[in-house]
Amino acid sequence: MTMMRKIALSATSALVLASGAAMAATGAHVEFTDKAFAHEGPFGKFDQMQLQRGLQVFTEICSSCHGLKYVPIRTLADPNGPQLPADQVRAYAAGLDAVPLADGEERAREWTDHFPSRAGDGMGPDLSLMAKARAGFHGPYGTGMSQLFNGMGGPEYIYSILTHFEDNPACAPEGIDGYYYNSAFPNGGVPDSCKDEHGISTVPGSWIAMAPPLMDDMVTYADGTPATLDQLAEDAASFLYWAAEPKLMARKQAGFIAVTFLVVLSALLFLTNKKLWAGVKGKKVTI
Amino acid sequence: MSGIPHDHYEPKTGAEKWLNNRLPIIGLVYDTLMIPTPKNLNWMWIWGIVLAFCLVLQIITGVVLAMHYTPHVDLAFASVEHIMRDVNGGHMLRYLHANGASLFFFAVYLHIFRGLYYGSHKAPREVTWIIGMLIYLCMMGTAFMGYVLPWGQMSFWGATVITGLFGAIPGIGEPIQTWLLGGPAVDNATLNRFFSLHYLLPFVIAALVIVHVWAFHSTGNNNPTGVEVRRGSKEEANRDALPFWPYFVIKDLFALAVVLVVFFAVVGFMPNYLGHPDNYIEANPLATPAHIVPEWYFLPFYAILRAFTADVWVVIAANWLTFGIVDAKFFGVLAMFGAILVMALAPWLDTSSVRSGRYRPMFRWWFALLVIDFVLLMWCGAMPAEEPYATISLIASAYWFAYFLIILPLLGVIEKPTPLPATIEEDFNAHYGVKTHPAE
Repeated sequence: MTMMRKIALSATSALVLASGAAMAATGAHVEFTDKAFAHEGPFGKFDQMQLQRGLQVFTEICSSCHGLKYVPIRTLADPNGPQLPADQVRAYAAGLDAVPLADGEERAREWTDHFPSRAGDGMGPDLSLMAKARAGFHGPYGTGMSQLFNGMGGPEYIYSILTHFEDNPACAPEGIDGYYYNSAFPNGGVPDSCKDEHGISTVPGSWIAMAPPLMDDMVTYADGTPATLDQLAEDAASFLYWAAEPKLMARKQAGFIAVTFLVVLSALLFLTNKKLWAGVKGKKVTI
Repeated sequence: MSGIPHDHYEPKTGAEKWLNNRLPIIGLVYDTLMIPTPKNLNWMWIWGIVLAFCLVLQIITGVVLAMHYTPHVDLAFASVEHIMRDVNGGHMLRYLHANGASLFFFAVYLHIFRGLYYGSHKAPREVTWIIGMLIYLCMMGTAFMGYVLPWGQMSFWGATVITGLFGAIPGIGEPIQTWLLGGPAVDNATLNRFFSLHYLLPFVIAALVIVHVWAFHSTGNNNPTGVEVRRGSKEEANRDALPFWPYFVIKDLFALAVVLVVFFAVVGFMPNYLGHPDNYIEANPLATPAHIVPEWYFLPFYAILRAFTADVWVVIAANWLTFGIVDAKFFGVLAMFGAILVMALAPWLDTSSVRSGRYRPMFRWWFALLVIDFVLLMWCGAMPAEEPYATISLIASAYWFAYFLIILPLLGVIEKPTPLPATIEEDFNAHYGVKTHPAE
């Protein structure tokens, strides 16, 4: 508890006193690729085939180190999602890690369970909400403007991380053990040799603990789509956005209906108001 | 109810008379709905109805969300995901509730600045103004505690930073902070009490809203001219005012519908735009986010809080004069609450005999600067605490205090107002080119 309190208090004083050192920004800039996903825009829809391919990438590659603990497996059958047939979803659930029980025993995972979580050494963060936790405002894009006008958001972040593993820049020592240079990753460490005299990084991105996970043809798609690195990354990013925001299409539909209804209501109320006030304002009633 | 003469409810049938003698509730509703309202109210007078809508929206969505939410540190984050994924319409409820808070504050800021410009805070409406400020304070408390409930990273660290403000009070600060949190740090006890208070405070707001409405129904509405409705007789009053129903109900509903077009566009197509992505990461006491930033509606006051650092001369002076009791941290807290206090004291700081800024040629410019100042502070609050934002925050904070404490009192003395219209009717008719008929 005292430990936690110390951290809490130091964070407080850092913010309140705004001491320069505590708040020193890393100044790292990152390189992102703006990808035109099918789900973007007010009428954008998830591409069902892409979500199925993304599920395959997640299952065969990502899931060895990343959990998806907030996603119920049954939602794979939902309309507006991958929409797998029910028997396939059941079979898929049975193939996942067993569920540990309180008495130390295990039972087979059912389709009513959630995806397994991953924790421990070498495991990565849970991906259930990654696409929203990296959505943009104050995130890797700096301002929300890019999110609003360019449609840049969490899926672009995931796509960029997966495709921006690059050769070590010249300033860095050869082979930093257990870390890989990624020009799209904002939150990792940067060796001192790649910083200027103010401690600001001179290279885009930073070093990440995840080894490059995707390569061309790592997955054989059932629908025959060529499994290029670019395709794998786009499919995985799209699937993870669905995992984070499964009700995207229902929400847009509700928004569209609400806006349409309110525009009509506004027009009617405008006319009512005009007619009501016409007499008071000494105007002829024209409608 | 109102000081403006108008028709009152007359029970006609036997049943109506029976009820009226026991509980005059129909009369109360009638008088409230038929209240004489200045007929020259402009479009800045619509935010009250938007605010009333927000309160109702927040309570209804909030009550349903509370049915599915679990206030426990191990379960809160997952229960919010349960709402987003499994509860019927849960994702819409939550997005409406989260963005509803933003609409609430957007409307309240326009409502407050409208009041400051047209002199709605001035006599005899000081009590309406003070109650309004209390509502605003309750809104801030409710919004802050509500933001903690999803138990994301910003929830946790925001709670840590803001409750830490109370820790800055000399001597008694730490016990107060511990008492507020229910322990030495933000934990399950904190989450539980915040949930309880987050559910309670909206009903306090609802009660205050009733008193707020009661107060300005007693004095009558202010209006863009700041000239009072004539009260000599019913006929005279009817030339300046119109009954609230149907004239202002329809006008307000039209405005509300237009505002809601934008609101539902945000909820439907960019519901996370105003939120913080880090709050989709579950709270972790061991990992501090790179930037702890409050929600947009707190940013101006957050900027004032951070503006007064230890190297600012007023802070150094305060520190020296109080033998070190008032340090930079405590000074910042005082400045933040002081910024709201000086606004609450506006009725007594504003010495001008003229209410409306429309007839105050100098005031208008200083007021425009105050609005720019507010937006500037909001922008600074979102930026990291480094140059040039620190200096801009300091200048902008200084202007906020200077406006209320120096400029407002002084303007009333040195400013020469332009001529006021004799009556509301005169202003209204001049605006719409209405020819007055002697027969009317």
